[in-house]
Amino acid sequence: MPVLPLMRPLPTWRMPAGLRRRARLLPVVPAVLLLLVFLAGPVLWAFQASFTNAALTGRNARSPGWVGLDNYQRLLTDPVLPLSLGLTVLFVGGSAILGQNLLGLTIAVLMRQARKPVAAVVGTAVVAAWVLPEIVAAFAAYAYFSRDGTLNQLLGGLGFGQPDWLYSFPMAAIMLANVWRGTAFSMLVYRAALNDVPADVTEAALMDGATGWQRLAFITLPMIRGSIATNLMLITLQTLAVFTLIWVMTAGGPANSSTTLPVLAYVEAFKFGDIGYGTAVASLLILIGAVFGAAYVRLLREGKP
Amino acid sequence: MRRRALNITSLIAAAALLLCACSPAAPADQAKTLKVVYQKTDSFSALDNLFQSAKSEFEAAHEGVTVELQPIQANDDDYGTKLALALRSPSTAPDVFYEDTFKVRSDVDAGFLLKLDDHLAQWKDWEKFDDAAKAAGLGDDGGTYAVPLGTDTRAIWYNKKVLAAAGVGLPWEPRTWQDILDTARKIKANDPTVVPFNMYAGKGTGEGTVMQSFYELLYGTGDALYDADARKWVVGSDGFTESLAFLKTLYDEQLAVSPAEALDANVWKKVFGEWLPQGKMGATVEGSYAPSFWQEGGSYEWPEYGTDMGVAAFPTKDGQAPGAVSMSGGWTLAVGAGTKDPDLAFEFLGTALNQKNSLAFNIASSQIAVREDVAADAGYQAANPFVKDVSDLVSVTHYRPATADYPRISAAVQEATEAVITGSKSPEQAAADYDAAVAGIVGGDKTVRK
Repeated sequence: MPVLPLMRPLPTWRMPAGLRRRARLLPVVPAVLLLLVFLAGPVLWAFQASFTNAALTGRNARSPGWVGLDNYQRLLTDPVLPLSLGLTVLFVGGSAILGQNLLGLTIAVLMRQARKPVAAVVGTAVVAAWVLPEIVAAFAAYAYFSRDGTLNQLLGGLGFGQPDWLYSFPMAAIMLANVWRGTAFSMLVYRAALNDVPADVTEAALMDGATGWQRLAFITLPMIRGSIATNLMLITLQTLAVFTLIWVMTAGGPANSSTTLPVLAYVEAFKFGDIGYGTAVASLLILIGAVFGAAYVRLLREGKP
Repeated sequence: MRRRALNITSLIAAAALLLCACSPAAPADQAKTLKVVYQKTDSFSALDNLFQSAKSEFEAAHEGVTVELQPIQANDDDYGTKLALALRSPSTAPDVFYEDTFKVRSDVDAGFLLKLDDHLAQWKDWEKFDDAAKAAGLGDDGGTYAVPLGTDTRAIWYNKKVLAAAGVGLPWEPRTWQDILDTARKIKANDPTVVPFNMYAGKGTGEGTVMQSFYELLYGTGDALYDADARKWVVGSDGFTESLAFLKTLYDEQLAVSPAEALDANVWKKVFGEWLPQGKMGATVEGSYAPSFWQEGGSYEWPEYGTDMGVAAFPTKDGQAPGAVSMSGGWTLAVGAGTKDPDLAFEFLGTALNQKNSLAFNIASSQIAVREDVAADAGYQAANPFVKDVSDLVSVTHYRPATADYPRISAAVQEATEAVITGSKSPEQAAADYDAAVAGIVGGDKTVRK
């Protein structure tokens, strides 16, 4: 930058500390406003609607009435709720915490040792599923698992049986689809984290005679603990909210056997027009997400030295 | 520091821009616009043609009026949801829209529909409408809120070649449920690769499951879903269990499609597009609109359908009077309660439903005419070889109880059929669970045990 010779440093005026701290918050004000309007607003609305009998049509659409905790009472006695909760836990635990997370970590670790072309091909293949819009990915997964789909054609070609995946094993199918779609995210997070592990620490461990497994378990993993917690939190919340994938592949069926909480909330609110009850299910989902979020945030804080 | 200030300014500017974009635009001009919402799919463009034609006709007659067509690409269920959401807000509510008959009452309750009595009194064409069809547009207060486009009935559609190959005498006229089973078993014995007699079941086919399968059975036993006089839902009826048992027999003996196929929401496309035309299915229960898929311009063109297919009334259980049973639905046009110009909106509705447009629509979508001047038209009567057969079924037809609770009850029925065909429950268990579900939905005091 050219400096004009005559320019003297101006006496700097310093804002009072309190004001300065507040002024520093100024840049985030728009973001906070947007979050309030588009995130907190709907959440609060959903919470409020869950205490009413608001409906899509019929008398209650015109003048929804306050029903207190009726919707929650009904929810607790709904035979579908335990099933739906269990399926949601299975879906999140199986496809996010175990599937995406472990597979993403494995691929990231292996890619460090893989040859460049191999790493590039694997990386592209994994990220491709992530790049697809959700609805496209969902249709691709449907076409893959459906009765006359790719998977059954492959199995048929190899002489195996051809089960109807979406009917006989709906949960397995949607979990595999979610792993396929979401692993790229974990892989990218872990690749970035692994790159930050200083080489000298690993080298020192190598000098001390640590095996590959020991280096991974005692050096690498503890050092990327923060990334693991962040990644777990993000993919858990993402997977909790997965709707399109399930709706396109099985629509929650057969006989509710893949009805996770988001599907249940949608069906109640929009198929049966019972918005009050649907938002009660959604509020429960928000609560579960908040508990997970809080747990991970705590984990993150404890993880910091 | 200066750079930071610049950043802040640009952020604020960006936010301001975003907020501006969100605020509603000022009304563009004073010219009148009518917003029309309806359904359009790949296999259903007859309605789009109707509105395109009505639009040009109407705009030519009314200078300065623009008709804004907003087709929604969705299946029946999703169309209903999208329409209901649009109706909730005055800024998105359409002036004229396409409305399913079984939603009319609950949408009237919700205050979405404009009462049309005064307008209809001055509309010459109204007296040409069939009285039974007029009833479809009634609200609970006895006022008329919607005008029917057409109606439909349900019947057995069978492939004559498949039946003839199995040695079944034609025309096939089953008198009882047992006749159906006997014939289906005969077809199965003759060629095990053919699906002898399909009836929908499960939640995949949605309303199709109840309209084109379960209700034909239930209403054929003499029992009903709803006691209209007492305004109560019927539970614990023998007919309900017997109907489930009949479906179980069909699926257990593999006379219908496999349960996995039945639960696929797209199974009906295979019925119309593959199995019946290719002679892989003996018969199915479907709507009077079936020819609309096969005729020229339909989604599954099949030039020989007129000679290869036959139609038979669905029999009552033991052949008891009136001997046959059918279900009717149909769609209407309605005017939004919040329309700014009710006269203009109704006038557009009148244009869309005039003789010319109704005729073209009823022919293209194989609907049963509700205007006598359409029903008497030679072109309509010759539209397909089955017009007379399916129109005759109007005399034995039933309508769904169109209350606000109906969609949920219907889902409970679908669930019962699904439980039975997948073998997860016996017909008795499934019926008992249905009874409990109904009591949970409407309250025990709104049910009646038969």
